[in-house]
This record gives sequence, structure tokens and C-alpha cells, in this order.
Amino acid sequence: MVQLALPKNSRPVDGKAWPKPAGANRLTEFRIYRYDPDGESNPRIDTYWVDRDDCGPMVLDAILWIKNKVDPTLTFRRSCREGICGSCAMNIDGTNTLACTKATDDIKGVVRIYPLPHMPVVKDLVPDLSGFYAQHASIQPWLQTTSPEPEKEWRQSPDDRHKLDGLYECILCACCSTSCPSYWWNGDRYLGPAALLQAYRWLIDSRDEATGERLDNLEDPFRLYRCHTIMNCAKVCPKGLNPAKAIAEIKKMMVTRQF
Amino acid sequence: MSAFGKFSIQTAYKRVHGLGSAGAGTEHFWRQRVTAVALIPLTLVFVVVVILATGKDYDAARRLLGNPFVALSMLLFVGAGISHMRIGMQVIIEDYVHEDVPKIALLLLNTFFSIACGLACAYAILKLSFGG
Repeated sequence: MVQLALPKNSRPVDGKAWPKPAGANRLTEFRIYRYDPDGESNPRIDTYWVDRDDCGPMVLDAILWIKNKVDPTLTFRRSCREGICGSCAMNIDGTNTLACTKATDDIKGVVRIYPLPHMPVVKDLVPDLSGFYAQHASIQPWLQTTSPEPEKEWRQSPDDRHKLDGLYECILCACCSTSCPSYWWNGDRYLGPAALLQAYRWLIDSRDEATGERLDNLEDPFRLYRCHTIMNCAKVCPKGLNPAKAIAEIKKMMVTRQF
Repeated sequence: MSAFGKFSIQTAYKRVHGLGSAGAGTEHFWRQRVTAVALIPLTLVFVVVVILATGKDYDAARRLLGNPFVALSMLLFVGAGISHMRIGMQVIIEDYVHEDVPKIALLLLNTFFSIACGLACAYAILKLSFGG
């Protein structure tokens, strides 16, 4: 059966309350999921107080402030700090998003931070995304052609290029897939919104000649049809993309080629 | 244990690739849409027939279903409804039951239950329609 509760040794318990910084005027409380793979203990929720006058406006600024000034063991991924690398995807205030583009002021009360849901946790806020990346690889996200290579580039009309808008911008942060209940229950067989959005990006590329083979690869009750149009993917996408629509378009292509 | 199954040393790609594409699914998806569309008018007719039969005796129900339009609409309603129900339940089972044996058992039960239900309804409609 589907796993509705975490196993006993994965349930978070109350953790350490770190001291408030001295002399701060504007404090915000952060409760952050901590898990140490080297110990035997359960994950815990630590409480930190951030001096907002001493740190930048985004949640990423706040957790970097914690790491630099309070607790250097707090572990998370980050790189570009401007919403283009997708490294700092995490569950903030109940919603998957990028810590670097989420303003702390947009959250009322305590800021609660967890790793992306329903993924194995490597440490603290770092999830194991190897399955997610393998799903992306499985849709073969590159141009495939049979015709002889042209002397210069493969040409594409501006109209055909416009069809890729809203698809090519995906940064593979995994916010969408890990917010999808269908992906939670069947993440081993369902490809998930991120991989399917990328699949559609290649399906409608006017230069790609493997459309039929790509559709064959997705013709499966689990790989594609586990999408039940729940729409969490479109709601959380920090880039404002709509994977649910891309999946619906793939289903339309599947039906179209039958008649 | 991991989110991707019991402990086993496999590459992530091997696990994702699994048994390969089943090469089916669209037929199922399309049938669910076709029956859904068919059920819009058929359900309306069904509701009207139920209202017409409410509070009437057995003979009145027999006369009502003796009308071929009513009887055929009811048979279509049962056919589309049961088919839609079976597909919907199959999706739920596939979503939530992951072990092979209980899954196959439940899918079998779902099929048997749907066929039994459908046949019972059809038999009742035909019996009444042909003079009960």
C-alpha cells in the first residue's frame, strides 16, 4: 500500500532552540528540519532567531545568515541566488519553492523549512534527486534527427520557436514533481511533471524527428497517465510554468495519433 | 528501504526504466472521456425517469420501461456508467496499491463486481421492459 505516514525513525521530533542574537531589533523565528545521516537519532526541528536588520530579504539570505553566524552544520544546496540554478528548492511555509526568490516578509509568523517532500533525505535540507534526474534522462532531452545534417544549423521558424516558450525555461529544481501526490505515491513509475514538461518540449520542437518514438516511450499507464490534473505542479513552479498543461498536450497528441 | 523500493544495488536509470513502456494507456484514457461525455445526457434522462417512477406502483414502472426509448436509454446509462466506474476504480487501485498480488486481486474483483452489477441492472431493465 501507499505510505501515508513516515516510518517511526523518520518522524521529526523537537530539536534544539538556538539562542536569540543579542541586541537585535527585528527578529524572525525559523524552524528548520535537521537530519544527520551519521547519527541514529530521528530528524529534528531546530528553532533559530534571525536578526533581520543584519541579513538580506530572501529566505536564502536568512538560512545563509544562520549558517554563517549561528550554526555552521546547517546543510542545504545553493548556488546562483537568483532563481536560475534551481539548487535551493525546498519546502518553505508549506510550499515548494526556491529559497532565493522567496521573500521572508511574504511569510506570516514562523518560517518553517523542510526538504522537498517525499524524497530520501541526504542531510538536513538536501534531498536525493538521483531518481528525478534519471527520469529526466529517460525522456532523452536532446535533439534527435534522421535527415542528413544540414551544412549550418537546423533551421526553425520564429512561430515554431515560440512554441518552446513556457517550456525551455524549466530549471529542473524539482519543486513541481515533489509537490505532486501522484508522484509521491508512484514516483518510481510515474515520470512526474518536470520530466514530462521536458518530454513535451522535445515533442513539439519542429526540428526533432523522433516524435513518434518519444510518444511510444510515454505510452504507458504509469509513465504518463498517472497525471490526474491535480495542478500542484503549476501552482508551485517558481518559474511560473505550467507542467500540467504540457502533460495535457502530450495526452492530446496520444489521442490524435490514434484517429 | 528507499523511496524507490527495497534495498537493491541498481542505477537510478535502471529503476526508472523498469520493465519499459507498456505501450498502452491511451485507449483507457480515451474510453474514460468518451463514457464521461456520454454520461452527461444519459444521467439527465436517468434522473427524469427516476422522478417519473417515484411514488408509482410496479405496473406503472413496467409501462414506463416498456417504452423502447426509456429502456434503451437506461441500458446505455448502465453500460456507460459501469464502464466509467470500472476504469475509475482501476485507476484508484493502481494509484494506491503497489504490491503485485493484492493489486491483481483487487483489479480482478473490480472487473467481476462491475460485470455482475452491469448484468444485474441490464437484466432488471430488460425484464421490466418486456413485461416483467
